[in-house]
Parts: sequence; structure tokens; C-alpha cells
Amino acid sequence: MTLYTSTVVTPRRRSRVWAKIGESTLYAIGLPIILLVIWGVWATIAPAKFFPSPVEIIQAFVDTWVGPAFVTDVLPSLGRLALGIILSILIGIAAGTLIGLVRWLRELLEPTFEFFRAVPPPVLIPIVAVLVGANDAMKVVVIVAGAVWPILLNTIEGVRATDAVMTETARSFALRPAERLRYLTLPAASPRIMAGVRQSLSIALILMVISEMFYSSSGLGFKIVYFQRNYLIAEMWSGILLLGLIGVLLAAVFGLVERRVLRWYHGIKEVERA
Amino acid sequence: MATADASTIVAASPRSRSPRSPRQLRTLRKIALGLAGILGFLLTWQLLPTLGIVDPRYFPTATATLAQLGQEMRDLEFWRNVGRTMTAWGIGLVIATVLATVLGTVIGLVPFLRRATHTTVEFLRPIPSVALIPLAVLMYGYQLQAALIIIVFASFWQVFIQVLYGVADVDAVARDTARSFGLSRGSRIVNLVFPTALPYLMTGLRLAAAVALILAVTAEMFIGNPGLGRAIMLAQNAGQWTTVYALVVVTGLLGLIVNLVFRVIERRSLAWHQSVRGEEVL
Repeated sequence: MTLYTSTVVTPRRRSRVWAKIGESTLYAIGLPIILLVIWGVWATIAPAKFFPSPVEIIQAFVDTWVGPAFVTDVLPSLGRLALGIILSILIGIAAGTLIGLVRWLRELLEPTFEFFRAVPPPVLIPIVAVLVGANDAMKVVVIVAGAVWPILLNTIEGVRATDAVMTETARSFALRPAERLRYLTLPAASPRIMAGVRQSLSIALILMVISEMFYSSSGLGFKIVYFQRNYLIAEMWSGILLLGLIGVLLAAVFGLVERRVLRWYHGIKEVERA
Repeated sequence: MATADASTIVAASPRSRSPRSPRQLRTLRKIALGLAGILGFLLTWQLLPTLGIVDPRYFPTATATLAQLGQEMRDLEFWRNVGRTMTAWGIGLVIATVLATVLGTVIGLVPFLRRATHTTVEFLRPIPSVALIPLAVLMYGYQLQAALIIIVFASFWQVFIQVLYGVADVDAVARDTARSFGLSRGSRIVNLVFPTALPYLMTGLRLAAAVALILAVTAEMFIGNPGLGRAIMLAQNAGQWTTVYALVVVTGLLGLIVNLVFRVIERRSLAWHQSVRGEEVL
């Protein structure tokens, strides 16, 4: 008995909490700082032409991107990216739900769609550029043309894999089609849809960068190539850094949305695991 | 795996002995509809420029494109380009897989390393690999190495993350059993960690193969090392749109083949595995 009571005593609780917070912060920023210091020292001891020190890159980052360039180059890029992603999601889910629900349509279209998904998205850029013209619309079309496939195919797959018992239950409770869509089909497909969206995000970002790098005179991608062609190495690195930050931001936003949309799903998974 | 089980059950039931079981009919219907879909797509493609809905100069008909494709296939340079693209793809994939497997295993097995590298990984992973194209061009110019940087960076993360999860997924009971049976560290890795991580590794490998092909073609297009991607850009600059479309179809077919092959490899290598893990792990 005494064995059990002894474990209840928890002295010095507050300090332990602080120690824990300190420890996890150290873990979180320890390696990045070490790597940056190594990089910085390396760059001062043996300056490599294409690897400026982190301090220079940060300096260039502030000089280049903080200020009017943010409004003229970064915001339009982000706007096109957002528009492309939203259109891909809307088209992918709408068409995917329709195709997933109608069986002959699915069997008719699936092999063709598999081919479209297998086409490396960047090869579409020259084609879209000549059909639409090298303008803003072309960049959005390129993003949609590349990013829609994972969402579309995953939605089809998710809708198709809806639990048969649930479908029949919904039918025998005489749910109207709109209700069935809202309360059964879309939620049941949402884990797959989100997996598709995650793939699409990285494709969309790649296409945004490339379409700007080679078919544009403004935007983030254009700027990076411009810096490279003019041997502004630190500025070029600052552009890569900014793209990395955008990637991290996109992943973070997606993580938040996914946690909200799939809250019920993760809940079920946890119960199953326990 | 689930489909394989289902088919054996159906095969065992007497109903399926009849020459035209519902299941066979369904498969037949599926194939017929799929072929009809492809034909319909080709027909639409043919009609769009013929009826003048899009400019036939920039959007050649399906027949013209396929004829051009046939002509390309008789050209040795075309096959060299396919070879170059697939060489870059293969080398990049192998480097990325080996690096990712080794690093993923080491980092995944040591909790300290896993915690310490977490933020670094989460920052580096979302960087779009094409952002490194300018850097790669500066370092290596129009050589294969420049393309390899892009390919390896992109496909590395796909495998690395999967291996990291896979290595950490070792069943606690199995681990304790191995320990109490006195298995050495090496033997534990070979007999316990490796089989656990293999399904994850295979998923990562399949995703990485697709990504590596995308980046191989992209690098050729925009860095300019020889291969299918550069052939597309050269044809575009020369205004040979039929060739552009034919080559785009080729890249799509290559992508399909890569997907199919790696799906088969995945299924083969996991034939012993009982789990019914979902396909959508990413």
C-alpha cells in the first residue's frame, strides 16, 4: 500500500514545468542555431562564391523584400497561388463528387484521368502559355491544370469508398440528395480529399515559382532568376529563404485547416488506437 | 492486399465457376468503359482544332500528334533523350533513397536526434525544390549535377519522412521480446526494425519515384541539361507545336509506367505483410 501512496507526492512542480519548456525550446532552436553558426563561421573562414554568410542573407532579405517589393512582387504571386489553389479545390471536389457518385462516369473517365495525373505538371506551362498568352490568367490556369488532379482523383476515390451501411442507412432514413451530400458523402470522403489537397499544395507552389521564373517580368520566381542572372547571390538566397517561409506558412495553414476539418476523424483514430 | 483476399474468397465460392460470373462481367465492363473514355478523350481532342474552337496551329489534332509521336519513335535522338531523362531520374532516385534511408533510420532510432532535428526538417521540407534551380545553375551550369540537386532534394523528403515514421512504428511488445531474447543491435535492426519500416519505405519510394520524374523533366526544361524536357523547350522555341504535344504525351506515358512499376514493386515486396494500411499515407 505504501508503495502506491509514495507516488502521489510531486514536489517542485512549477520549476519542472519551466525546465520542460526550456528544454523543448532548446531542442527546437538548438540545431538550427548550430547549423547557422557553422555556416557563418565557414563563410568567413573560407568564403565560397555562391554561399554567402547567413548575416549577409538576412541583410539582403530585409533590403529586398521588406518595403515596396513586398507589395509589387510577393503579394501578386501569393494572390495567384491562393486563387489557383482555391479553384483547384473547388473544381476537384465538385467534379470528383459527381464522378465518384455516378459509377459509369467514373469507369469511363478514370483511366484518362490517371494519365493526366501522370503528366509532369511543368510540361503544361509552354502549352498553356501559348493557348492563354503569357499573362496572369495563364499562371492561374497552369496552377489549376497541375494541382487539380490529386484532389480530383482522391475525391473520386473517397466518395466511392463511402461505407455501404451508412449509404443504405441514409437512404432508408430518406435523406434528400443534398442532405446526403452534406452529412454523409463529403464527410466520409474528407480524409482522402485532404490528403489530395496536401499533394496539390506543393505542386501549386512549384508551378507558381516556375511559371514566374520563365514566363514573367514580375513576381517572386522572376525576382529570384533575375538576381541569379545578375550574380546578386545574397539576394537570390533571400528569395529562396522567402519561398521556404511561404512553404512553411502554407504547410502550417494546411495543418490548422486539416485539424479542424478532420477533427472527428482523428478522434475516431485515437479511440481505435487506445 | 484487401482486394487479393476478396478475390480468393470469391474464387472459392461455387458461383464464380460459371464462365461469366458477375465479377468478370463487371471487370469487362470497366475495361470497356475505360477504353471508351480514352477514345472519347481522343475524339474531343481531334474535334476541338478541327472545328476551329481552338487555334490548330497551337493545338494540333490528336491524329497529327500521334503521327508525330510515331515519327519521333523512329528517331534515335528521341530514344537518347528518353534515356537521358531516365538516367537522371534513376541516379537521383537512388541517391535520395540511400541518403534518406540511412539518415531516416539513424535519426528515427535515436529519440534525442529526432527531437533535435524536428524543426530543421519541418523548415527544409516545404521549400519548393524548384527554388533551388538558380543555385544549382550557378554551381554546376547546364550539367547533370545541377538537375540531380533538384531531383535529390525533392525526392529525399518523401522517403525520409516515411522512414522516420516507419522506424518509430516498431511494436513495443516485439521490441521488448527481441531485447529479452538477447538479440544484438544489428540483428534487431535487420529482423525487427527493417520489416516494420519496409511498408513505409515502399510508400515513400513510390511517391519519390513520381516526384523524381517530375523534377527530372522540369530540370531539363528550365536548367537545360539534355533530355526530354529540353527537347520540349527546343520544339517550343522552334514553333513545332506538334512535337511539343507528342513529347508531353511521352512524359505522361513515362509517368504512368513509373507509377505502375512502383505499385507492382510495392505489392511484391510486401506480399508477406498482413496489414491493410491505407494508400493515402503522405
